[in-house]
Amino acid sequence: MKEDHQPILEIRNLSKSFTASGTLEKLSGKTKYVRAVNNVSFQLNKGEVYGLVGESGSGKSTLARTILQLTKPSSGEVLYKNQDLTALKINEMRKLRKDLQLIFQDPFSSLNPRKTVGQILEEPLRIHGVKKAAIRQEKALALLEQVGLQTEHYFRYPHEFSGGQRQRIGIARALIVDPEIAILDEPVSALDVSIQSQILNILKALQKNLNLTMLFIAHDISVVRYISDRIGVLYLGEMMEEADTDSLFAEPLHPYTQALFSSVLDGSKKERIPLKGEIPSPLAPPSGCVFHTRCPFATELCKEQKPKLREVRAGQRVACHFVK
Amino acid sequence: MTLLKVEQLHTHIHTNKGRVSPVRGVSFSIEKGEVTGVVGESGSGKSVMSQSLIRLLDREGNIEYNGQIHFDNKDVLALSEAELRKLRGNDISIIFQDALSSLNPLYTVGNQIVEAIRTHQSLSKKTARKQAIEFLRLTGIPSPETRFNSYPHELSGGMQQRVMIAMALVSKPKLLIADEPTTALDVTIQAQILDLIIQLNTEFEMSILFITHDLGVVREICSSVKVMYLGQIVEEGPTETIFNQPLHPYTKLLLASMPKLNSDRTEPLPAITGTVPSLSNIPKGCSFSTRCPYATDLCREQEPPMFSNDGQRVQCWLYDEEKGGWLD
Repeated sequence: MKEDHQPILEIRNLSKSFTASGTLEKLSGKTKYVRAVNNVSFQLNKGEVYGLVGESGSGKSTLARTILQLTKPSSGEVLYKNQDLTALKINEMRKLRKDLQLIFQDPFSSLNPRKTVGQILEEPLRIHGVKKAAIRQEKALALLEQVGLQTEHYFRYPHEFSGGQRQRIGIARALIVDPEIAILDEPVSALDVSIQSQILNILKALQKNLNLTMLFIAHDISVVRYISDRIGVLYLGEMMEEADTDSLFAEPLHPYTQALFSSVLDGSKKERIPLKGEIPSPLAPPSGCVFHTRCPFATELCKEQKPKLREVRAGQRVACHFVK
Repeated sequence: MTLLKVEQLHTHIHTNKGRVSPVRGVSFSIEKGEVTGVVGESGSGKSVMSQSLIRLLDREGNIEYNGQIHFDNKDVLALSEAELRKLRGNDISIIFQDALSSLNPLYTVGNQIVEAIRTHQSLSKKTARKQAIEFLRLTGIPSPETRFNSYPHELSGGMQQRVMIAMALVSKPKLLIADEPTTALDVTIQAQILDLIIQLNTEFEMSILFITHDLGVVREICSSVKVMYLGQIVEEGPTETIFNQPLHPYTKLLLASMPKLNSDRTEPLPAITGTVPSLSNIPKGCSFSTRCPYATDLCREQEPPMFSNDGQRVQCWLYDEEKGGWLD
């Protein structure tokens, strides 16, 4: 548990919809929208790891991209150091990008194949105004070591590395500019189990040593549990439940969280709560509580009225009518 | 009754850079009605091994097999192309990880199932259509009559995988090879598909060879498991024994490196150092010796034999036959 509860990043009522219609529908005024993220609020405290879990289509990646202003949100605010990122001009935002770094899932497509590792690592430094080549190189070599690579790797090209090693390069590239916040979008899901644990250990060590704030997005619940201090559960673009990791796993309160946790196959035998059907299309999200179509406890109330995300225990927020 | 018996199977691929061998001396058997898991990381040869069983790779290039594959008293490696075609889809079906790329985007799913039925049985289109709808229903697809006319892209990933399973079932195969069928699916959908596979296994007494990298899935549905590393089975046995009492260091580390819902979050995860060596550079001696924390000079020099102990088999020098466990 972290002592200081200083929010470093605050997300307020963030929503993002995409247009899903062609020109014809637009002209006739029947524009359809895909509601990817709907009214999500949470905050990152300085030095903590916040995990976001959800199935595909839950809006995890859109949320990350919207926070970073890589896509403009439809509404809502993202507050960082008393500034609303959504209101910044492109060049103002560009100056802040150094502070907010993104680490990607696919270590194959996120590294430029024609640049050496040294060039890849030093590019962000050059962009952010480190003019002396010697300083850039020194920094790059130091980071290589921190992520468990060797000095000789400095001159090599991405194709000479395995998936796990490439992910280390991606991590080094993000951290070289000393960001305040790292957003990691499925950073280990493309890796084998044995490599995954190497990367998780490195991330955990770096986070601790640098007192880095991390937003860790993944669909693998055991992985998110291992690395996060607090966790938010997303379903169809909405926050279903949020709590610190230990409380959430000790007693998940939302029926979706319960079912999700029970489907995790971590090698231990346990009772599963089967969920019928599939995640509904965000083109036509269900009325009321978005989970009611699959919820084993759903009533008429759930179909009609959307439950508010409310604090039911200290630090535990749940969006369900029936949680006392 | 033994359905499939594989002895010392080697699969060699001749490339213009020389010969590589993704499968290097694999022996095992599958009983009727058994659900067997094969686990391994990428590059362990699990997919090539499973595709070798029905010689699916033959057309991919210059392939050479050594060893024996006996299925239901047939010598698979000696079959002609015509006989193989009868075996594939009829007696042995295979489903893959990526259902969307296994389905033809230009035909409705119903059409594709009818085609599969009519390839193996001489039925009228009308009867075949009826059967196809029944198979769609059996795999839990809601309103199968409507879905019959859907194109693959109109279905979700879970539904596509159900269609693949329906297609694999049309000839009531004796063996179903499932190559990572749930890897691309979300956990709640994965649970549904696993339940379906188990239900089919009980209903049709169909044997299943389940290929996966996910140890959690194996524990959930397989009665026995084989652990592959670099083209060899390094350990095998009943699932519970392997999980409770793994003998090979690779199995132990693989199990330990998996984060669990009750593991200590403050401790670093046990990790396996390094990466799987390349097939063109297979280590001398035990293939795991380059990453094994317990490797000795013997391990680096000589390949260990397979030791057996009460249904569990392990290929490791550290195993002590007299003790029935690890050397100290």
